Amino acid sequence: MTDADSPIASAPVAPAPVAPAPVASAPVASYIPGSATANGANGANGAAEHRAPVTLTGGPPPGAATLRSVDLCAWFGDRLVLEDVNLLMPAGQVTALIGPSGCGKSTFIRMLNRMHELVPSASLAGEVLLDGADIYGAGVRAQEIRMRIGMVFQKPNPFPAMTIRENVLAGLKLARIKCSDKDTLVEQSLARAGLWREVKDRLHSPGGALSGGQQQRLCIARSLAVHPNVLLMDEPCSALDPTSTARIEETIGELRDDVTIVIVTHNMQQAHRVSDLCAFFLAAENQPGRVVEFGPTEKIFTEPDDPRTLQYVQGRFG
Amino acid sequence: MATTETIPAATPPPAADPVPAPTSARQRRVIQDKPARVDRWFDRVTLASGLFVLVLLVLVGFFLLQRSRRAIGGIGIIDFLTTEGWRTDVSPPEIGVLGLLTGTVIVAMIAIVIAVPLGTVSALFITEYASIQSRKYLTALVDLLAAIPSLIFGLWGFLALSGQLSSLAEWIGTHFGWIPIFEISKDANLTNSMFIAGVVVALMVVPIIASVAREVFAQTPPGEKEAALALGSTRWGMIRSVVLPYGKGGIIGGSMLGLGRALGETIAVSLLLPQVPALVYRILENGGSTVSGFIVLRAGADPFTTSGLMAAGLVLFVVTLVTNSLASVVVARSRSGAGVDL
Ligand SMILES: Nc1ncnc2c1ncn2[C@@H]1O[C@H](COP(=O)(O)OP(=O)(O)O)[C@@H](O)[C@H]1O
Ligand SMILES: [Mg+2]
Repeated sequence: MTDADSPIASAPVAPAPVAPAPVASAPVASYIPGSATANGANGANGAAEHRAPVTLTGGPPPGAATLRSVDLCAWFGDRLVLEDVNLLMPAGQVTALIGPSGCGKSTFIRMLNRMHELVPSASLAGEVLLDGADIYGAGVRAQEIRMRIGMVFQKPNPFPAMTIRENVLAGLKLARIKCSDKDTLVEQSLARAGLWREVKDRLHSPGGALSGGQQQRLCIARSLAVHPNVLLMDEPCSALDPTSTARIEETIGELRDDVTIVIVTHNMQQAHRVSDLCAFFLAAENQPGRVVEFGPTEKIFTEPDDPRTLQYVQGRFG
Repeated sequence: MATTETIPAATPPPAADPVPAPTSARQRRVIQDKPARVDRWFDRVTLASGLFVLVLLVLVGFFLLQRSRRAIGGIGIIDFLTTEGWRTDVSPPEIGVLGLLTGTVIVAMIAIVIAVPLGTVSALFITEYASIQSRKYLTALVDLLAAIPSLIFGLWGFLALSGQLSSLAEWIGTHFGWIPIFEISKDANLTNSMFIAGVVVALMVVPIIASVAREVFAQTPPGEKEAALALGSTRWGMIRSVVLPYGKGGIIGGSMLGLGRALGETIAVSLLLPQVPALVYRILENGGSTVSGFIVLRAGADPFTTSGLMAAGLVLFVVTLVTNSLASVVVARSRSGAGVDL
C-alpha cells in the first residue's frame, strides 16, 4: 500500500502482445515472459515487481511476512493427529508441504490462519509466529489473522451468487477494508491470478459460471485483493486439469516476491517446480503426523537425509 | 457447479484458429433413450400425481366459481370486488369482498413482519451460534413446536396474551400514533384488533419458519462459509454474505407455508376478530375481519349469503394462488430452492 507509484495496471500498455482472443486456454502463449506485462507484473526483468497505486485502508501491513510454527500439535477430540511441527516459512518464499493423505497437512495449514479452531472438536498446542508475534496470543483476533493470511482451498469456492467483480472485492467488504480505486484493484488482482484476460469482458457475469480452473484462479484473485502477507494453498490444483494447473503454477511464480506462499500438493513435480523449501509429513499407522524432513526443495528431491523421504518423492511409497 | 473446462484445441502450440465447420448444413440428430422399466414407472407415477394435484386445483376453482355464480351474478363482479361491507338486510343486498380481503392482507402482513425476523434469527442462532450439544436439543425443540397445530398457539395467544397485547397497543398508539395505521382515538376499545390477531398468527407461524429456515441454513455449502471466514470476515459478515443469500428461498418458502397454515386455521382468527367486514386501517383498534374467519362465522346461512361466501372464498383462492406462485418463483430462483448452477 505504500509501494511505488508507478501506475502499471492502469497504464495504457498495449494489452497482451500475444494470444489476442480471450480464450480460456492459451497456455502456451502465456509462458512467453513478455506476456506478464498483461498480468500487472513486469516479467521481463523479474526484479521490478510493482504494485499499482491502489491504497487499502484498514488492510494488512504491506509486504510478505515470515511464518514460523513452534512445537505445533493438533488434536481432534482426544486424538492427537499432528505432533511437534517446527517449520520456518521465510518471507517471500514458497514452501511446499508434501506427504501421503491423512498425515495432517491440511490440519497444519489450517492452524496457520486459525481455520483449525472452526472445527468444534479441534484443539492445539504450540505457537504460530507471524513476523514473530504469536497468532494465538491473548487479544489477537482471528479475523485479523485470516485477513493477513489468505487461504485457497482444495475445492474452488467462489461465491456463486456474486459476479466476478463482486467476488474479487468480497474480501474488502467482509473485512471492512477501504479501497481508493476498486476498478484498478479488480484488474490488478485478476491479473496477478492470471485470469484478467479471460474475464475482462464479463466482470459482471456470475463467478459460478466459470470453469473449475478459472474459478480457482478467481479464488486466488479474491484472496490477493486484500493484499495478504501470506497465502496458504491446500491442494489448489487437485481438482484441475493440467492446463489450469500450469496457469496456477505460473501465477505462484509471479506472486512469490509479494507474498509468502505455503502450498500443500500431492503432485511431486509441482512441489519440485514451484517451491523453494519443502517439508515432508508422515504419519505411521495410528500415530500422529510428524515432519520427517524439512529443507531446500532441491535437497529434498535429490539427496534427502531420510530414506523415507527419498522413497516418497520417487513415488515408491504412500 | 459448472466444472466443464473449455477444451483446449487438440492441435499443438501454434494454436491456429481452426476454421469452424459450417454448422448450418448439419442434420441434428434426435437423441433417444430407452429408459429402464423402473424409470418408466417412476415417470408415470410422478406425472400422474402431478396431474392429480393440478386437476384438484382446477376442480376446486371450478366448484367455487359454480357456487358463487348466484351472488356474483346478482351483484356484478366489479361491485363485489369493491364493496367493503356485507349487508344482506337491505334490498338489493350489498355484499363485497374488499373489507374482508384488506383485513386478511393486513393481518398476514403484521404476522409476516413479526414472524420472519423472529423465525430467521432463531434459525440462525441454532445453526450458527449455539454450541454443538445444545444445537441438537434446540433443533428438536423447534421441530416439535412446528408440529404442534397452529390452533393451539392461537388459543394460547388469545387467552393469555390479549390483555398484555392491549397494553402494548396502547403504548404504541401513544408514542407512534402519528403514523396513520397506529392512530387510536380516545377511549377506543383496543381488544380484538388486527394487531392482536397479527401477533397471534405470527406466534403460530414462527416455529414453522424457524424449522424450515434452520433446515436450509444447515445446508449452506461449508466451503463458501469457510471462504468468507478465511477472507477475514466476522461471523455476522459471513452470515449476511453467504448463509442468508443461500437460505433466502427457505425463508420465503417457510413463511408461505406457515402463513397458509395459520390463516387456514380459521377458528383461531375468527375468534380473534369481530369479523364485521369493513375497511379498517387502524390496526390497533377493535375491528377487522378476514375472509376465512368470516366464512366460518356465516356458514350455513341463506343460499344467497352462502353463494356470496363462496365468491369470497374464490377471491381468496385466486389471491393465495398468485402469492404462492410468486413465492415459488422466488424460491426456485434462489439457490437453496433449486440448483441454479449455470
Ligand atoms: N474435522 C475432523 N474431525 C476429526 N478428525 C479429522 C478432521 N479433519 C481431519 N481429521 C483427521 O486428522 C488427520 C489429518 O487429516 P488431514 O489434515 O486432513 O490430512 P491431509 O490433509 O494430510 O490428508 C486424519 O487422520 C483425519 O482423519
Ligand atoms: Mg488435505
